[in-house]
Amino acid sequence: MSLFIIVALPFFGALLPGVMNAAGRAACAGVTLMVSLAAFLGLLTNLPALLAGEVVTARVDWMPTLGLNFTLMLDGLGFFFAFLILGIGLLIISYARHYLSRDDHMGEFFTYLLLFQGAMVGIVLSDNILLLLVFWELTSLSSFLLIGYWKHLPEGRQGARMALAVTGMGGLAMIAGMLILGQIVGSYDLSVILQNREAIQADPMYVPALILILLGCFTKSAQFPFHFWLPHAMAAPTPVSAYLHSATMVKAGIFLMARMWPVLSGTPEWFAIVTTAGLVTMVLGALIALFKHDLKALLAFSTVSHLGLITMLLGTGTAFGAMAAVFHILNHATFKAALFMSAGIIDHEAHSRDIRRLGGLRRLMPVTFAIATLAALSMAGIPLLNGFLSKEMMLEEANHTVLFGSYWLVPVLATFGALLSAAYSFRLIGHTFLGPVRDDYPSAPHDPGPGMWLPPAFLVVPVVVIGVAPFLAEPFVRLVTASVLGEAAALPDAHLKIWHGLVPALYMSVIAVVGGLLLMGVFKPLLRVWETAPRPEAKVIFESIVDASVATARGLVLTLHNGAFTRYASITVLAILGLGYHAWSTGTLSAPTREMQAAGAVPIAGLLMLVAATVGLVVLHRNRFLALIFIGIVGLMVSIGFVFLSAPDLAMTQFTVEVVTIILMLLALNFLPKTTPVESSALRHMRDAGLALAGGLAAFSLAFHFMMRDAVAIPISEFHLANSYKGGGGTNVVNVILVDFRGFDTYGEIIVLGIAALLIFALTETLLGGPVRARLLNRNPDQPRAGNMHPTMMVVLTRVMMPVVLMVGFYIFLRGHNEPGGGFIAGLVVSIAVVMQYMASGFHWASDRLRYPYHGVIGAGVLVAGFTGIGSWFVSKPFLTSDFTYVRIPPFEKFELATAALFDVGVLLAVVGAVMLSLESFSRLARRSDMQESEYPMDIDPSRAGLPSQDADAVRTEE
Amino acid sequence: MTHWIIAPIILPALLAPFIVLAARYHIGIQRVFSVVGVLALITIAAGLAWNTSDGSILLYQLSDWAAPFGIVLVGDRLSTLMVLLTAVLALFVLLYAIGSGWDDRGRHFHALFQFQLMGIMGAFLTGDLFNLFVFFEVLLIASYGLMIHAGGNARLRAGVQYVLFNLIGSTLFLFALGSIYAETGTLNMADLANRVQLIGPKETTGIRVASVLLLLVFAIKAALVPLHFWLPSSYAEAPAPVAALFAIMTKVGAYAIIRVYTMIFHPGLEVTSGLFDLWLLPAALVSLAIGMTGVLAARSLDRLVAYSIIGSMGMVMVAISLFNPAGIAAALYYIVHSTLAGATLFLISDLVRTGRGNLDLIPQPAMAGTALTAGLFFAGAIAMSGLPPLSGFLGKLLVLEAAYATNLMVWIWAIVLGSSLVSILGFARAGSVLFWKSHSVELGEELPERTAPAMLSYVAVGGLVTLLALHTVFAGQVHKYTTTMAVQLFAPEPYIATVVETPGKLSKPKEDH
Repeated sequence: MSLFIIVALPFFGALLPGVMNAAGRAACAGVTLMVSLAAFLGLLTNLPALLAGEVVTARVDWMPTLGLNFTLMLDGLGFFFAFLILGIGLLIISYARHYLSRDDHMGEFFTYLLLFQGAMVGIVLSDNILLLLVFWELTSLSSFLLIGYWKHLPEGRQGARMALAVTGMGGLAMIAGMLILGQIVGSYDLSVILQNREAIQADPMYVPALILILLGCFTKSAQFPFHFWLPHAMAAPTPVSAYLHSATMVKAGIFLMARMWPVLSGTPEWFAIVTTAGLVTMVLGALIALFKHDLKALLAFSTVSHLGLITMLLGTGTAFGAMAAVFHILNHATFKAALFMSAGIIDHEAHSRDIRRLGGLRRLMPVTFAIATLAALSMAGIPLLNGFLSKEMMLEEANHTVLFGSYWLVPVLATFGALLSAAYSFRLIGHTFLGPVRDDYPSAPHDPGPGMWLPPAFLVVPVVVIGVAPFLAEPFVRLVTASVLGEAAALPDAHLKIWHGLVPALYMSVIAVVGGLLLMGVFKPLLRVWETAPRPEAKVIFESIVDASVATARGLVLTLHNGAFTRYASITVLAILGLGYHAWSTGTLSAPTREMQAAGAVPIAGLLMLVAATVGLVVLHRNRFLALIFIGIVGLMVSIGFVFLSAPDLAMTQFTVEVVTIILMLLALNFLPKTTPVESSALRHMRDAGLALAGGLAAFSLAFHFMMRDAVAIPISEFHLANSYKGGGGTNVVNVILVDFRGFDTYGEIIVLGIAALLIFALTETLLGGPVRARLLNRNPDQPRAGNMHPTMMVVLTRVMMPVVLMVGFYIFLRGHNEPGGGFIAGLVVSIAVVMQYMASGFHWASDRLRYPYHGVIGAGVLVAGFTGIGSWFVSKPFLTSDFTYVRIPPFEKFELATAALFDVGVLLAVVGAVMLSLESFSRLARRSDMQESEYPMDIDPSRAGLPSQDADAVRTEE
Repeated sequence: MTHWIIAPIILPALLAPFIVLAARYHIGIQRVFSVVGVLALITIAAGLAWNTSDGSILLYQLSDWAAPFGIVLVGDRLSTLMVLLTAVLALFVLLYAIGSGWDDRGRHFHALFQFQLMGIMGAFLTGDLFNLFVFFEVLLIASYGLMIHAGGNARLRAGVQYVLFNLIGSTLFLFALGSIYAETGTLNMADLANRVQLIGPKETTGIRVASVLLLLVFAIKAALVPLHFWLPSSYAEAPAPVAALFAIMTKVGAYAIIRVYTMIFHPGLEVTSGLFDLWLLPAALVSLAIGMTGVLAARSLDRLVAYSIIGSMGMVMVAISLFNPAGIAAALYYIVHSTLAGATLFLISDLVRTGRGNLDLIPQPAMAGTALTAGLFFAGAIAMSGLPPLSGFLGKLLVLEAAYATNLMVWIWAIVLGSSLVSILGFARAGSVLFWKSHSVELGEELPERTAPAMLSYVAVGGLVTLLALHTVFAGQVHKYTTTMAVQLFAPEPYIATVVETPGKLSKPKEDH
C-alpha cells in the first residue's frame, strides 16, 4: 500500500468515529479499529520490499520553493516505529472500547486518537524534516486534546496545558534547529541530510542546531529537566497514557535522535549532552517512581527513567549502544503498555490506583496479576523476560562509557538506576497484588472481561517469547539498527543472547536485582526519609512560572494600554518627532535656493491675530462657547490668508465651510455643558505643552525648509497651468484640477462627505432609542431659553434671502470653470440658504416642507458624479474623461458646455445632502416629545387669525 | 479600452449610494444588492488577478490624463491579489453579518460596507499618493461608521479614540505628502520613483524626513508598535463582522509600505539609507512580542484576538523589513494567512458571545453550540499561533528562512518562536477556560442572554477556515506566486515605464521626452 495512504488513513478515518458515534459504542470503536487495521495491514504489505533491502519512498511536491515537500520514506527504523504505533494502537482501541464509560463521548475520543495516530505515523515516515515538524506539532496538539479529554477534571486541563507548553516549546526550538540543519545542507530531505555528516559536523552552526533539535527531543521524550510534564499528563484516560505516554509519543524524541543519529552523533557535544541527560533522567525518574503511590504515576516516572536509559544508549554514539537502544525500545513498548493497561484495569475494577489502598489482588484478579507480574518482572530485568536482555546490553555499554573522564561514573549510575528500577517493579507487584486480601477496597475488585485483559495479555506474549528465544527478534533488531546507523557506522557483531558468560554486565545485573530486593526490605523507613526530604514540586513551579508570566504580561500590556488617549497620543507624537528628528539630523543640507520675501505690516498683523486666537483657544478652551469663537477667528484668518496668497477658490471654500461648521458646532454645543471639567494635573499640562511646542516647532521647520527650496524637477502644477484651458476647457485651474485633472480625488472626497453625514445620522439614530437621549432630554438647560423662538423679522428676512442666496449659489456654480467658484462652494452656499430656513422657522416647520430626503440627495449626488464618469465609457474614454464644447443660444453670448459641469452637479448635490443631513440629525436629537411643535413659520404672525401670543405663552409656561 | 480595473472601485461606489437612495428602509433588498455586489467583485477581482498573473501591468488613466499630471490606477500582481483577497474576505464577512443579524442592528450597514470596500480597493489600486490619501480617508470614515454601528457606550468611546488617532495619521499623511511634493514636484508613485533619483547627496534632509513621515503614516495603519494604540479597543469594541473586515485594513498599511518602499524609497536608494532599515525591524519585533504577550495577558476574548492581530502584523512587518525578495514573498504569503485567520477569530469570538452572552475569560456554564464553536476556535487558534497544519506554520517557516543569515537573525528567530510559544499558551488558557472549564461550573441563577448562533454564521466561519486550509494545501503554488510578485516588486522598471510613458490627453509626442 502506498505510504501516502498509510499516513492519510488515520486522518481521514478520524472523521468516522464522530459520525458513527450515534450508532453505538461498538460501531464507533469498530470503525476506528477498521481504520487502524487497514493502515496496519498496509504497512505490512511493505515488509517484503523492506526485507529485500529496499527503502520505500513516496513523494508529492507541496512547497518546493521552501523545500517542504510531502516526501515519505519507509526504512527499517520507520517500519519499526510505525509497527509499534499501529500495532499497539489496535490493542489500545479495543481496550478503550471497554474502558470508557457510557458518559464519555466515544466518538470524540476516537477522533482525537486517530488524529494522534496519523500524526505519529507521519513523524516516523517523513523523509522531509519540515514535514516531520508538521507532524511533530500535530502530535502535541492532538495529545493536548487527549490529555484534556476529561474536561471536568482540573488535573486534566492543567496537565494538557503543561504538556502543550513544554512540548510546544521544544517543538518551536526544533523548528529553529531543523531550519539551521536544512540551511547547512541545502536541503530539508532526510535522505540528503543523512549523507552529509561531515559537512554538518564541521559547520559552525552545528552546535546551535544540535542543541535546538535536542531541546525538541528532550521535551517530547520527557528527559531531565523537562521530565515533569509527563506524570501530569497521566490525568488522561488510561488508554491515552498507555498509548501516548508509554509506547508512542514519548518515543518520538527517541525516534528523532535515532533518525538523526548518523549525522548528529559522535561529536563530544552530542555525547556530553545526550548521555548526561539520559543518565540523570534514568536515575532521577527511577528514584521518584519508587516512592509514588499512584500506580500510573509510578509507571509514568518509570517511563521517564526508561526513556532516559534509551537516550543514554543513543548518546554513547557507538553502534552497539544504538543496537541496545533499538532493542530496549521494542521491549519497553511491550511491557510498559501492558503495565499501563493493567493499571487501568485495576483502576477500573477497584476504583483506586493508590498502592496504599490496594494489595492482595493476586487472588481477586488472577489474570491481571499474571499479566502485570510478567510485565513488571521484565521491567525489573529478570532473566527469561525481554527486559533482562536489553538491560544487560545497556549495562555492557555503560561499562565501556567514559563520561567526563571518569571510568566508573556511568557504570555505577547505570547499575544504580537498574537497581531502583528493579525495586519499584517489585514494589508494584508486592504492594498491589501480594499481601493479604483487604476488605476496604473502594469497589470489589475482580477480573474484567476479556475485552480488557486480552490486549495486555497479547503484549505479554512477546515479553516472554523474546525473553526466552531472543534469536527470534535478532534479524528484526539488526534490520532496524542498520537503518539507524546508516552509513555512519558498521553493524556491530553482537548477538541477542540470554547467556553472555560471566561478563561484568551480569554482575551488575545481579547487584541490581538483589539490591532492588533489599531496598524493598527497608522501604518503609526510606519512604519516611523521602517524604520528609524537601524536593521541588514541578507542577507548583510550572504553575507559578505560568502565573508569573501571565502577571508580567498583564503588567506590561494592560498597563501600557490603559485606555487613556492622551497617553496614546503623546507616545505617538513622541515617536513621530523622534524618528523625524533622526531623519533630519542624519541628512545633509545645502544653501536655500529661494530668497526670503519681505513681510508687510498687514500680513504680520493677520498672523499675529491667528496666533493670538490659537493661544486664546488653548488657554480658554474650557469655555466651549468662547472656544467656538476662537475657532471661528482662526478659520476666518486662514481664509484671509488664502486671499492674500492669491487663492480665491480656497478662500471661498474655507469661508463657507467655516460658516457651516460653526452652525453645526453651535447645534452640538446645545447638548453639551458650557464648560469642560479639568481632568489632568498641572504636570501633565506641562508635558503636553512641551510636546505641542516640539510638534509645532518641527512643523514650522519642515515647512520653512521646503518653502526656501525648489523642487528637484518641474512640479506637475506647471502642466496643469499650461493645459487647463486647452485640455480642460476652463481658465480656473483650481476648478479644472478638481473636476478634471484630479476629478477622481474629488469623487472620493464627496463620498467621504456623504459617508460622514450618513454616519452622523446613524449615530444619532442609535442615540435616539438609547439611554443617552433620555439623559439629554432630562438635562436642565444651563441658560434661559429665548421666549420667541422663531422671530418674525428673521423669518421674513430669511424668506427674502433664500432666492437671492440660491441665485448666488447658482452663479458661483456656473462660473466655477473659469472664475473662482464651482460645485463644492455652490453646494455650501445652497446649504446655507436652506439652513437659514431651519434656523428661522424651526426644524418641524422646515422638514414638513422638505420634498426630497437628504439621504436621497447624497445618494443622488454620488450617483450623478459616478454616472458622469461612466458616461465617458460610451465614447471609449477612461472614467471621468471630460469634454466640452461651445454653444450659442440666440439671446445669449456664446458659452461653454462641459461634461465636467455635470460632475460638478453631483458634487453640489452631495455637499448639500451631507450638510443638511448632519444638521437634521442634530436637530432630531434636540426634539422633545413634550415640545409643542409649531406648524407655523413664526411664533408671532400678525396676519394669522386668532391670538398667536397665547401660543407663545403656552410654549413658555410648559418649559 | 477596457475599464475592468476601475470596476472594483466604481461598483461599490455606485451600489452604496443606490442603497442609500432606493433601499434604505428595506434590509432584504440591501442584503441582496450587497451580496450580489460582492460576488461580482470577486469575479472581477479574479479576472484582474488572472490578467496580471503573467506579469503585465494594467494602467488606467483617469480623466484620460497621463501620469503624473492626472491620477492613474495601476494593476500588477500585488495589487490585484490584494483586491481579490479583500473581495473574498468581504463575502464571508457579509454572510456572517447577515446570518448573525448584525447588519440590522443599526442604520446604513450595507451602504457603509460598500463604501468601505470602495476605499480599500481604491487604496490597493491607485498609483498616486494623493489619491491614496483620499482612499485612506474614504476607508477611515467608512470604517468609523461601521465601527460604531449599533452604538453602545463602550463602542462609541472606542470609536472616538479611533477617529482621533486616525486624524493624527491623516494630518501626518498631509505633512508627508506636502513634503514630498515640495521636494519632488510630483505625487505619482512611478514618477516619484524616477524623481527621487535626481536628489543629490548634498541635499537629503528634506526627502529623508518626508520618507520617514510617510512610512509612519503607513505604520499607523499597519498597527506597528508604538503607533498601534488605536487598535486594541477599536477592534475589540467594533461589531464582530466589522472587526473581521478590519483584518484587511491593517494590511492596507502593509501593502502601502511594500509598494512605496520597494519602488520609491527602495533599500538601494542612497539618500534614504540609514533610516527605516535601522529601526523598522526592531519595531516590528517589538510589535510581534507585545501583540503575542497581549494574547496571554488579555482578560476577554475580543481583546485577545485584537492583540493577536497586532502580533500577526508584527510578523508581517518583520518579513517586510527584511527588504529582500524572500522576505517580501514570505510577507505576502503571511498577509493572506493573517487576514483570513484574524477575520476567522473575530467571527468566532462573536459565536462565543452569542452562545455565552459575554467574552470574559472566566469560567461560566457551558455555552450554546459548544462543540462546533470549540472546534472552530481550535482551528483559528492553531492558525493564529502558527502551529501546523495550518498556513500560519508555513508562513512562519518562510519568515524564519528569509531571515537566515541576516544581521538580526538570532533576534528574529528568538522572538518569532518565543512569541509563538506565548501565544500558544494564551490561546490554550483561553480555550480551556471557555470550552473546558465550563464543564465544571454549576449552573448559576442569573445567566446572560444566550442563543445558539445561526447556521449561516457557521457557514461563514467554516468558509474562512476552509480558505485557510486551501491556503495551506496550495501553499506551494501560492508561495511560488508571491515569489514572482516579490521579483516583480524588486524590478519595478516595467511598472514605472508603463505608468510614466503611456501617453494621455495632450501628451507631447514621445521624442520630446
